[in-house]
Amino acid sequence: MLCCFTVFIFCPTQFHNLQELRHSASLANKVFIQRDYSEGTTCRFQTKFPSELESRIELTLFEETVKTLNNFYAEAEKIGGQSYLEGCLACATAYLIFLCMETRYEKVLKKIAKYIQEQNEKIYAPRGLLITDPIERGMRVIEISIYEDRGSSGSSSGSSSVSGSTAR
Amino acid sequence: MKNCEYQQIDPRALSASPLSAQNPAEKKVQRPRRKWEAFPGKNRFFCDGRLILARQNGVLPLTLGLIVVTSGLFFAFDCPFLVEHLTVCIPMIGGVLFLFVVASLLRTSFTDPGILPRATADEAADIERQIDTSGSSTYRPPPRTKEILINQQVVKLKYCFTCKMFRPPRTSHCSLCDNCVERFDHHCPWVGNCVGKRNYRYFYSFIISLSFLTSFIFGCVITHITLRSQAGKGIVQAIQESPARYPLYSLCFHTYLVASNLTTNEDIKGSWSGKRGAEESGNPYTYSNIITNCCVTLCGPMPPSLIDRRGFLPPDEAIPAAARLRSLPGPECPHVAVWLLAPPTLCVPLRQPPDLQFQSFD
Repeated sequence: MLCCFTVFIFCPTQFHNLQELRHSASLANKVFIQRDYSEGTTCRFQTKFPSELESRIELTLFEETVKTLNNFYAEAEKIGGQSYLEGCLACATAYLIFLCMETRYEKVLKKIAKYIQEQNEKIYAPRGLLITDPIERGMRVIEISIYEDRGSSGSSSGSSSVSGSTAR
Repeated sequence: MKNCEYQQIDPRALSASPLSAQNPAEKKVQRPRRKWEAFPGKNRFFCDGRLILARQNGVLPLTLGLIVVTSGLFFAFDCPFLVEHLTVCIPMIGGVLFLFVVASLLRTSFTDPGILPRATADEAADIERQIDTSGSSTYRPPPRTKEILINQQVVKLKYCFTCKMFRPPRTSHCSLCDNCVERFDHHCPWVGNCVGKRNYRYFYSFIISLSFLTSFIFGCVITHITLRSQAGKGIVQAIQESPARYPLYSLCFHTYLVASNLTTNEDIKGSWSGKRGAEESGNPYTYSNIITNCCVTLCGPMPPSLIDRRGFLPPDEAIPAAARLRSLPGPECPHVAVWLLAPPTLCVPLRQPPDLQFQSFD
């Protein structure tokens, strides 16, 4: 049962090995922040604060993270002079230019990955939370994993976090 | 908020080598597998995941063959005569158009059209939980649909049973490729791939350049024949009856779609044509300006591929999942069989998803 957790938590590229994670903390739950389609199909996530996080993190920090991510995606998908120039240049070169040039979207995705890593290190990990980059989930959801400290859960080490959490 | 009850997770401590925790004996047997090798859709991959094609690639070889043969005959038989009698620009223009057509065609065929990766088991279980708990209102919408507001217009999102998620707006599931594709236009047998968000602009440039190429070749052929025989029909009538009219018809249709920010799928279904009684149902995605619609569809920012074909599978999932995918004889996508065989597990709370993935295979 424990080995199954690796199926779901491998998304951030630097988190390859979860053996150490399991020794210190166990996955209790996952919260999914869904997309907000009220303004169309551009990438935006809902800023509604999930009830499962109420006891773990302040509302302002969570909102700031989601709003910053939304701003990044808006910047990536912005339609303006630069994107038209990129599109026309690409068309004129029969799209061969993408073989040697990174698109603006890819550049912003790198910034997003860096931002999420920073947020995880500074804000979320100290609170027993972990944000997964939405690109790892097909840009459908922001997955936030909630960890419980195994030492304080009171369960036996061999059992899964399911019994650990339900025992609380 | 509680203080100091949670042990801090050090993300950097987790960046150890993926194989370090494994048995040294296993390390030699397992090679890191790329995600494309375990991709659940009906696709074929080339160049170690760099190129993607539908498994049912239709008549792509025929399309390529027709283009190459026709152009080859043009360069071999018409160009020498026309260079001598008219101008050397003719083969140059023909050559540029030919290269553009082939590049656009290959780009359309081998680009990920905007495939959405399937939902993870956790995500699917979370969605199931929300569906189960949301049925307490007096009005029950049809099961497995969700209504949302886009630009003050109600749009229904459908649940995809194969991909285990509510399809985002304008996304459709292609039964030939067994994938949900964003901004799904159609599955084109001529290019052997779906046409969707990421490759629509390549498809459009393919049909536009093909129209120019066929018109150009046909014009040159007529000129050639006319010059040789000083007889024959007028050039306009000849073009009207030429095979070039087929790509031209396609071009006109897709130009209309681009200008109205519609997909072929939406146009065929009449999603926004106001056929649904007195309900106001204009297209919520249009920018109400032809130029803006064209610019956004053809020159908008290039979205990334979401399926991470060349990423590596986690080592302890790689071999078991791939082996099971290959050994299952029945359905193309074994994940469908898993969910069909284990319906009771769909209703378990989120905290027990690990059982879903592995027990069902046994």
